[in-house]
Amino acid sequence: MIDVRSLVKRYGDTTVLDCPELTIDGAGVTALVGANGAGKSTLLTIAGRLLEPTSGTVLIDGHDVSTAPSRQLAARVAILRQENVLAVRLTVRELVEFGRFPYSQGRLTDEDHHLVDRALMTLDLHEFAPRRLDELSGGQRQRAFIAAVVAQDTDHVLLDEPLNNLDLRHAAQSMAMIRRLADDFGKTVVVVLHDINVAAHHADRIVAMRDGRIVADGTPNEVVVASTMRDVFGLDVEITEHRGRPVVLHFVA
Amino acid sequence: MSADVDALPRAGTFRPSRSIVVNAIIGVCFLLAVTAFMTYDLKGSLSFALELRAKKVVAMTLVGVGLSVATVLFHTVSGNRILTPALMGFDALYILIQTVAAYLFGTFAFLRIDVRIRFVGELAVMMGFALLLNHVFLRRTRGDVVLLMLAGVVMSGMFRALSNLVARLIDPNEFVALQDRLFASFSSVDEQLLLASTVCVALALVVVWRMRYRLDAVALGHEHATSLGVDVDRTTKVAMALVAVLVAVPTALVGAITFLGLLTSNAVYLATRTFRHRYTIPASAIAGATVLIGAQFVIEEFFEFNTRASMVIAFFGGIAFIVLLLKEQRR
Amino acid sequence: MLRGDDLALDLLTTSRIPRTIAIILAGSAMAVAGLTMQTLTRNRFVAPDTAGTLDAATLGLVLGALYVPSAPIYLRMVITVLFALAGTGLFLVLLQRLQFRDIVVVPLMGLMLGAVFNAASVFLAYRAGLLQTLVTWISGDFSGTLRGRYELLYIVAALTILTYWFAERFTIAGMGREFAVNLGLDHSRTVLIGMGLVASSSAVVVVVVGEIPLLGLVVPNIVTLAFGDRLRRVLPIAAISGAILLLLADIGSRTVRHPYEIPVGVILGVVGGCAFLGLLLRTRGRVG
Repeated sequence: MIDVRSLVKRYGDTTVLDCPELTIDGAGVTALVGANGAGKSTLLTIAGRLLEPTSGTVLIDGHDVSTAPSRQLAARVAILRQENVLAVRLTVRELVEFGRFPYSQGRLTDEDHHLVDRALMTLDLHEFAPRRLDELSGGQRQRAFIAAVVAQDTDHVLLDEPLNNLDLRHAAQSMAMIRRLADDFGKTVVVVLHDINVAAHHADRIVAMRDGRIVADGTPNEVVVASTMRDVFGLDVEITEHRGRPVVLHFVA
Repeated sequence: MSADVDALPRAGTFRPSRSIVVNAIIGVCFLLAVTAFMTYDLKGSLSFALELRAKKVVAMTLVGVGLSVATVLFHTVSGNRILTPALMGFDALYILIQTVAAYLFGTFAFLRIDVRIRFVGELAVMMGFALLLNHVFLRRTRGDVVLLMLAGVVMSGMFRALSNLVARLIDPNEFVALQDRLFASFSSVDEQLLLASTVCVALALVVVWRMRYRLDAVALGHEHATSLGVDVDRTTKVAMALVAVLVAVPTALVGAITFLGLLTSNAVYLATRTFRHRYTIPASAIAGATVLIGAQFVIEEFFEFNTRASMVIAFFGGIAFIVLLLKEQRR
Repeated sequence: MLRGDDLALDLLTTSRIPRTIAIILAGSAMAVAGLTMQTLTRNRFVAPDTAGTLDAATLGLVLGALYVPSAPIYLRMVITVLFALAGTGLFLVLLQRLQFRDIVVVPLMGLMLGAVFNAASVFLAYRAGLLQTLVTWISGDFSGTLRGRYELLYIVAALTILTYWFAERFTIAGMGREFAVNLGLDHSRTVLIGMGLVASSSAVVVVVVGEIPLLGLVVPNIVTLAFGDRLRRVLPIAAISGAILLLLADIGSRTVRHPYEIPVGVILGVVGGCAFLGLLLRTRGRVG
């Protein structure tokens, strides 16, 4: 369970995040959506303890992320940022093996190897395992990083704009993979997305933000309505429906 | 599903054999260098000559190991394989400390101070600098290698400029005495100092070895390492303190040797093709000692002492580095 | 009274005026050299300091002093300039072979090259017992600048003017080979001309006053930050700024420890270094 309590982040006089309360629990995909600078990534990075809040707390399974030992947290929450450029040259397998670091501290057991194999299989990366990351395409590299998160095997997975720089096909594959994390592995996935339609189609729950505040929270059908979209994006849109999910026609407005 | 997973060969598992072979080869080279150094052209009293040479071998091993391991650590925490403690101004600082101390106390008076007290003083200043570097630069410039590098170059330039200034104020006779302290010399190492240095370096190495896996994770970058549960700030701080000890001890012991760590660590990365510290640290450590002993051997036997190991290493080290850089780029 | 005035006048014409002219020429030459190198190599960390030019010049100076000690100063200057040209040329050759001209790798390679030259200089000087003399040579200093000993710097003035003449072409070359070729410019030749000009002028400065550290790195960075990268516009500004900075440094060098003089290179190394470091951390530390 991810439990956000009166969380505030300020830079100087500018408040970029002000989130009094938010609870995300159970298996499923929760999408954070909003315009640029709405505070989605800030919220996610604080929850992943990569950024210190100005005040307030985020609890993951009851552990305060600012104070709990980082190593313990690493077994409960995995975070993947959008910038994934490594200074070291790794093979895909080496990267995925790092997913087991929180448990083995670098000395991999047979079980760890088994989980690494499973993660590689899950993401269909087995044939790429010996390849170096810098030899792969952007989509393959993205998959390798997701595989490392799968190998880390945490209940909570935080993904910051995982579709950035992916073409249509790879974006669709990545979203399908993210769905599987929730459906097949029972994980609590929180994902920052800038495309409202992708969120509406794949997420179980949408949290919409604007100017650092949560302005709407609910199922896609509850959140993706014209009035809320105007609040969130400041844009008048038409909404239609596809397979029971709302679709925003933002380009006709 | 798990059944087919088990049936699959572990393609892409990192195979340590190559790294182990590299380590073994370097180890053999080290033994050869030591043997050559100890036994070549022995004259006069055998026990005296052997003792003298053994002392030099220990000193050179300490220096080579210290500088190389320090460089590897520095590469990991700065996320860059080209920065070295020397490029960040450690060497220049050492020269500055020596020059300023000589100016303040007078060279001869300075050289008469108990070596151990001098050693402690120099160690303290260098460690202070390392922690300052961590505090001011590594944190603020995290990920911005260009900035860090430029800051280092500018800082080295500053230290060098100050040393030049002070050198001008010292009279020529004293300068000659000082000059001997500025370029690494293995001929005049104090025995007690050697013992103290060995203990310092050994302790530092134990700590390094214990954190080898954590260092692997830190090499992935700040966010990834944090996500894996590593306290990056603490690990970096500890690593920088270790860098300070591992650079300060050899430098205080025998003087500045630019390039040694840079040369050996990069050669080791190329040879082992891994960044894993459990392989790179021993390999660079032994390589550092080997290069130093080899260079000193060549100098003593073929240049009749009228030069210094540090100068030769600076010259060939620089050339080798440029070649490495070009090769690395072409791959 | 009259005698006193004569003396003052004499001091003015034999020492003060030559010194001031020398400072203006050297300061502007180093700033222009740094700016031109930055533009041509498309890397803001390349300057005579970081392209091996200064160290190569110093090596030439040492070799000249060791092997042709009785040669007149102009001959030594020629040797030094040739070394600076060769050193810079080697830098360019190595640069060609770098496939990915990473912004850090380029100056790093130049620094390494410089360090190799420097090691050779130190080695030679050490064997000849000239190490302290070497230290004196390489720290830039105007205290010995008198009438009859600084006139070589007029060559620098000519080279700097020539650099300005080519400024527009250097700007185009700095936009890349493809861009230059598209505009009908011979890219390689332009780069060679530019690097040759500034390498020569910094070598002459080394011969007459010694190494002036960091000026060529600091001034262009600050000037282009404020005024952009078009050489024709910023080159004069850089030249004037370099001259002013060196003048200030020289005044500092004469007053800080009056009546002794501190070498101006030292003042620059310390003050310029501090300023640059502060600027770097203030402007970029926040972003990072």
